Amino acid sequence: MADTTSTLPETGPYKASSYRSPVSEAAVTRWLLIGTSIVLLMLFLVLPLITVFIEALRFGVSQFIATFDIPDARSAIWLTLLVAAIAVPCNLVFGIAAAWAIAKHQFPGRAFLVSLIDLPFSVSPVVAGLVYILLLGTNAPIGGFLYENFNIRIIFAVPGIVLATIFVTFPFIARELIPLMQDQGTGDEEAAISLGANGWQTFWFVTLPNIKWALLYGVLLCNARAMGEFGAVAVLSGKLRGETITMPLQVELFYNEYASVAAFSLASLLAGLALVTLIIKSWLEWRYGDQLAPGGRAH
Amino acid sequence: MKRVQFRQPSIIPGFRLTFSFTILYLLIIVLIPIAGLFLKTLELDWNTFVSIVTGPRFTAALRVSFVTSALAALFNVVIGVVIAWVLVRYEFPGRRVLDAVIDLPFALPTAVAGIALTAIYAPNGLVGGLFTPFGIRIAYTTIGIWIALVFIGLPFVVRTVQPVLQDFNREIEEASATLGASRQQTISRVMLPTLLPSILTGFAMAFARAVGEYGSVIFIAGNIPRQTEILPLLIVFRLEEFNYPAAAAIAAVMLTVSFLILLAINLIQVWSQRRYGLG
Repeated sequence: MADTTSTLPETGPYKASSYRSPVSEAAVTRWLLIGTSIVLLMLFLVLPLITVFIEALRFGVSQFIATFDIPDARSAIWLTLLVAAIAVPCNLVFGIAAAWAIAKHQFPGRAFLVSLIDLPFSVSPVVAGLVYILLLGTNAPIGGFLYENFNIRIIFAVPGIVLATIFVTFPFIARELIPLMQDQGTGDEEAAISLGANGWQTFWFVTLPNIKWALLYGVLLCNARAMGEFGAVAVLSGKLRGETITMPLQVELFYNEYASVAAFSLASLLAGLALVTLIIKSWLEWRYGDQLAPGGRAH
Repeated sequence: MKRVQFRQPSIIPGFRLTFSFTILYLLIIVLIPIAGLFLKTLELDWNTFVSIVTGPRFTAALRVSFVTSALAALFNVVIGVVIAWVLVRYEFPGRRVLDAVIDLPFALPTAVAGIALTAIYAPNGLVGGLFTPFGIRIAYTTIGIWIALVFIGLPFVVRTVQPVLQDFNREIEEASATLGASRQQTISRVMLPTLLPSILTGFAMAFARAVGEYGSVIFIAGNIPRQTEILPLLIVFRLEEFNYPAAAAIAAVMLTVSFLILLAINLIQVWSQRRYGLG
């Protein structure tokens, strides 16, 4: 059997099956490790995903489809789409602005600023929801002022859900763009400006084409999280049926009402979204990997 | 005037606009709300704060959260390093798919993961059912919490170790082998020390995420007070009682812990930069 570690150039005479490269493992070890990895990933990651679809279709397709006729389920889907449609563009504009300021200019404290942008990733979703309740609840200073003077409710209403979603998806696009734009340097932009382009032209015709795939990548991840966020939204939604229930919250409601099929049917929509996200993400990494942010992708 | 001193001169425009917007947005969305939380905690007098953070329900939740998170992150380190190794070093059919699957916990909404895991590990579930005859319950116990935390933490370890392993210079392994080291010695004494910073970072990230995790845990945990109650859930309970100061106090403790973990991650990175010249 040939050495399967293709990263090393295989030199002719050493390809004999009895030979093992000193920088590789015995075939038995190798297949043992591969097998273990596959089993672990199947058990811990793939099985939960498959279970969602199995449970959704447990009593047939008609029951599955019936879920989407339930008014609560429909309004939850619409609210989720609405929230993502507001939160993602907000963070898109922020991500581009932050990356432009940080990657294309030199000023002290840039690394610190990047850490601050990453901060929401290390905050528990529940805490993210809580901070807005403390600030914007009707008993809180700012929230009270808005409620008494303008009759605007933020907490236990849609604006709060949008805010919490913006918070938890805050770093996604910025952190894709910043390292990439730092890597790309400022040469292209300087050339464009020298040749007489103004700032917007430089951005549209020079910078944007350079970062478009990374931008799409960031939007993809941001959107997946925005549509799937549970903890932060659960805390400040107030759970008014048909009004402040997003899809993940409706999944919880169905589940707690022992409407298992409905819960898993709605969940399967979110699982489908996750699958599509993963497929596009892998495709982007495979096709345009060199135009994405360098380094590890831990979120 | 001040701007010219603050940033290095450049012909690229838009600094003032983008920088001000970045800072403003950051302040409104993230920094002011978080500062507000700490201010709210200051409203409590010291004795009340102490009684909240030494109460039996709080300390029990603290222990459940931290012990299960640490055990899950530890398990993730072991299997995460093996999986990263397999993905980087071996060529086999389905490797690409396996690589994509790693990010599933990032993409799958936590509530969906939560109900799916509960269905699998419930006493009558696919895997839970296998353990029922032996009197072992997985769902609604700390084992269930641990499983949910393993699920959400795994990608952090794999995705931090993977790039370091990818960039590992194989000539160093060859040199080690040439000098007479066995494969085990090369791995444990040459490669592992180089991977250590990324392993520690992965552990810290998985741990931090696990401590704050809510959606995937609450379904499988059973939420029995003082037994399978996690810290974020305690915050939710305090909120439902409109006991905002107590909720803020618990959140402040959690935030402080996550800041400390963040600091630790940064220190690990500085240390590894100095020692190995790795990012």
